[in-house]
Order: sequence, then C-alpha cells, then structure tokens
Amino acid sequence: MKHLLISDPTLRDGSHAVQHQLSLENILFYAEYAEKVGIPILEVGHGNGLGASSLQLGQSLVSDSELLENCRLKLTNTKLGIHVIPGFATIHKDLKNALDIGVDVIRVASHCTEADITKRHIEYCRQHDREAYGVLMMSHMVSAAVLVEQAQKMESYGAQAIIIMDSAGALLPSDVYEKISNLVQNLNIPVGFHAHNNLGMAIANSLEAIRAGATILDGTLRGFGAGAGNAQLEVLVAVLHKMGFDTGIDLYQLLDFADLAERTFITTPHINSVSVISGLNGVFSGFAKPVERIAKEYNVDPKDIFFELGQRKVIAGQEDFILEIALSLSQKGLNISE
Amino acid sequence: MNRSKKLKVAILGSGNIGTDLLVKIMRSDYLECTYFVGRNEESHGIQRAKNLGVRTSTNSIDTLIEHADSYDLVFDATSATGHIIHAPILKALGKMVIDLTPSNIGEMCIPAVNIDSCIHLDNINLVTCGGQASIPLVYAIAQTQKDIQYIEVISSISSKSAGPATRHNLDEYIETTENAIRKFSGCDEVKTIINLNPAEPCIDMQTTIMAIVANPDIVKLQQFLDHTVAYIQKYVPGYQLIMTPTVENGRLIIMVKVKGRGDYLPQYAGNLDIINCAAIAIAEEYAQKKVERGAFI
Repeated sequence: MKHLLISDPTLRDGSHAVQHQLSLENILFYAEYAEKVGIPILEVGHGNGLGASSLQLGQSLVSDSELLENCRLKLTNTKLGIHVIPGFATIHKDLKNALDIGVDVIRVASHCTEADITKRHIEYCRQHDREAYGVLMMSHMVSAAVLVEQAQKMESYGAQAIIIMDSAGALLPSDVYEKISNLVQNLNIPVGFHAHNNLGMAIANSLEAIRAGATILDGTLRGFGAGAGNAQLEVLVAVLHKMGFDTGIDLYQLLDFADLAERTFITTPHINSVSVISGLNGVFSGFAKPVERIAKEYNVDPKDIFFELGQRKVIAGQEDFILEIALSLSQKGLNISE
Repeated sequence: MNRSKKLKVAILGSGNIGTDLLVKIMRSDYLECTYFVGRNEESHGIQRAKNLGVRTSTNSIDTLIEHADSYDLVFDATSATGHIIHAPILKALGKMVIDLTPSNIGEMCIPAVNIDSCIHLDNINLVTCGGQASIPLVYAIAQTQKDIQYIEVISSISSKSAGPATRHNLDEYIETTENAIRKFSGCDEVKTIINLNPAEPCIDMQTTIMAIVANPDIVKLQQFLDHTVAYIQKYVPGYQLIMTPTVENGRLIIMVKVKGRGDYLPQYAGNLDIINCAAIAIAEEYAQKKVERGAFI
C-alpha cells in the first residue's frame, strides 16, 4: 500500500476564518485529538504564519510563544509544524525562539516567484537539524516552468520537500496536473499540494496532485480555513483510503473528532458568491474576512473589491490595499444601492 | 555658484545605487563628483561614469586613501560589511560620510525629521528605503498624538527593484526599520512588514503606517502631515500621500506612494530613489552650510 504524508494546518489556515482569534483552550483540545487519531503533522499559528500577528493581517489572540510552548507539551508522535514567511518573521525575533521551543517541521514560504528570500530561513532550520520544507504560495500566478525554477532554488538551500499552494483556490485539475508533474520530474525531493475550495476543486485537485506524483497533501478538518476553506481532511482521508492509500490516520476516530470539533469551535466554511469571485480573480483566500468587514463599512460590493485586487495582482501580505480600494470605490460613488 | 565652488564628493560602490547617485549629482548646483570608485572595470556604473566624463577607479577604498585630497564627502553605496571596513578609514582621513548601507554605524538621518541635528556629524546613516518613506509619518504621529500604543509599517515594492543584497538582507531591513520607528516615535511596540510583488508592469513603492492611538486627533495630524509631505516633495518629487489619516477598525492608517525620478533606475524603483534623494539632500545641505561658514574659496 502506498503511503501518503498528511499535514494538517486546521489550526493555522483556520485561524484566518476566525480572524486569528482561536483560543488556547480550543487549540489544545485539537492538539490532543490530533495526537490520538494519528495526524502526522499538525501545523499551528497565525494564518500568515510565525511573526505575522499585526494590524495589517490581524492580531492573534494567543502569542506564538504561548501557542507553541503549550502545543509542544501535547504532541509526541504528531509532529509540531509552523508556517514562516520571510518579510513577516525574522530569524532573530521569531524563528530562533520557535526552534528553541522545539518545533519539528518548518515550512518556509514565499510568493511563488520570490524563493530566494527563503534561503536564510531554510538554511537556519537545516543548520539546527530541523525538517524544513519550501512553500510556494499563489501558484496559479505562474507557469510550471517558473515553479520548477523557484522550487529548485529552495531545494538548493536545503528544503526537504516543496509544497505548492493554491492559495486563491484558482486552479483547475488540469493546471494542478501540469504544475505538479513538472515539479516531480525536476526535483529530487517530495512534492506536496495545499488546496483551497473557492471553485469546489479542493478534493479533486488534491487527487490530481497525487496522480501527478505528489506524496504530501494538506487537509483541514471540515475544510476549516481561509475563504472557502481547504480540502476537507476527513473526506480526503476517506477518499485516499478508498483508493488504497495509507495515511496512518484512523478514519473513524477522525470522523468522530470532526463532529466534536464542529460542535466545539470549528465553523464549516461554505462557497459563497464572493468566494467564487475571489477564486476567479486569483486573490489570496486570507483576504476574505477583511474584505467582508471593509466592504460593509464603506458600503461597497465585496465582489468589486476582489475584482480590483485581482486586477492589481495583489499578493498575500498586501491587505492594506483592500482599504485603499474600498475608499476609492466609495469615492467614485460605486456604493451598493440601499 | 560656479563649478569650482561645488562640494567635491566621491561615490564608493558602482552598483545601481551608486550610479543613480551619480546621475543625480550631475544635476546638482552644490555637488561635483570627483571620483566614482568601484571594483569592476566592466560594470555598467563605471562605464556610465566614464561616458559622463567622471574620473573612475576600480581600486575601491584604496583609491580614496591614495587620493584623499580630491574629495570632501563620500557616499558609501557598497554593503554593510563594506562600510564596517570603510568607516574607520574615512574617519581617520577626516571625511564626511553618508552611508547608504544598513551598517548601523552612523546616526540615523531622515532629512524631513532630523537633518539639522545630524549635519555636523561625520558619519550619517540613511536607515532603509522603508524607513525613509515611513519615518516622517511616524514622526508626525509622535508629534501630534498622545498615548501611542503601537506602530506598524508595511511596505510593498516591486520584485524587480529588490536586488540580491536586499533579498538576502530582509531580516536586517526589518530590524533596522523597527529600530528607527522606536527611535523617532518613542513607542516601543513596533512592527515592520515587507512584501515583494512581481506584478508587471512593476508596481510603485507603497508604504502604509498603521497605529493604535487612544484618541486620534486627525485634524492636528493632517496639518502636521501637510507640512511634512510638502517638505519631502522638495527632495523626493514622487512622494505622495494616497490615503490621508483614516481610522478603520481601531487602526489609525496613513498610506503613501513613492514614484522614482527614473534617473538611472526605472521609475518604479521609488524605494531606491527615496534613499538616494535623501542622501543628496543631506550632502547639499552640508555643502550650503560649508559655503555659509566660508569654507570654500
């Protein structure tokens, strides 16, 4: 039976869905169950990763240190993972501390064309004998050839796997196949895929990634994640098992856990009209909540904001553009009629 | 002022920053570049300087030691590690130094904020590009608001304007900018974020300040900003306020855009232009002060 590595960023991507307000109590409840059902990697933190708590992206209810120290105590077989974007988190201020606390897997991410900014962070993790992956976000914005070139840079810095993120939920299965198969052919390290569900493709795209040779998949419980959410973990695991793959996860316990988590704190995302426009325009899923709030405040159509964000090719981290765009739409009189 | 009365300056470093500085100096009424010094004869910067009729050398700092009588001020546009070596040498030679690297050696200077208290010093540091764009706004908040709890600076620049050194030094960029925000605001809780955006056509540099202030006095802040922005525009013509102080979700927000002059670097490289414009503004001020003191013949 072929083994696939599942990484669970429910507590990281899901953080976007609640504007980074997950309580420590809920986080620890989740970590305890993740260990019990056999989740291989549990990724935690602010939606934009380590050191990203900010006015720009939303301030976290629980600090990085408090979160990591407490999760560390709950996990033994499940590895503790984090997402790190250079430009938000520095080695000296953030990464050193996370490694000191005992994080196992560090996924160092950049926009899909900017891999060279991950060099020092990846090298630092490797020098300290930790597992380091390279992550390319917003992968719909470039061709397979560019992704290969960028992923090869990360490989040369010491990345032990490459994760391709469909951060906007904009890819179709054929795009995923083309991108992932090119990467698999041109890299000597495993390739993984992280889906978003804006166009309802999260599970289908994940399967397509496997068909193209990916061996790592991200999934979140009930799909709890930014915007329209991610590949729904318990569905993904069920489908993979049905296809004859081994994940090491106990499906029935996972299903019970999903019901319990939904009753406790997880809100199940759904694909609303704004999610579809966001996906079609290729805008970062993490923009959903701030766009929703600001559109309401300035009485403009969130779809118009997403359209303009897409036109400007805005990337993750440029949330300040939302307000500027909303203000200018409102000044142009493009308000929603009462 | 005739040519012989201009302040003699040398540029150390023949990369993009050094070459753009040269183009700006060629236009200056107060400065004359008497030496353009790099390490690589084939570099585009050295060739450009030759075409402009400026004396060049590829022996880097050694040339400046050997020909110490040919200049009074040096712009160091090499690297932080380079400036750590150059600073004591230039100090011993008694030269005024404007440091464009994040070496953290000289006093941090933002012309719109503290040029008067820096101009007599022999080593002036220009912080970072994000610092040059944001600190005047941070200072405006500090001067007009009470009870500032937190300040954050977010900059987006075009990927093409960020060379290998910038990319390798993002952590230093963040930490240096944060130190400057603390220094000029007196607020300890600060954060800096930088985004590289690869969109084509290239985006202009955009910098946003977000702050938590107990009871923001928008009128007072706007008045202060009007003066600040007008002052900056004198040395950085492409600096514009694109969002006046706005309170949203408990955040006080100001946003500026910096379009470059397009001298040697393209217009979208406003981030590089603003730090060079600041360097020229300081050098010209220094030159004028020297004239007033009758230091020139």
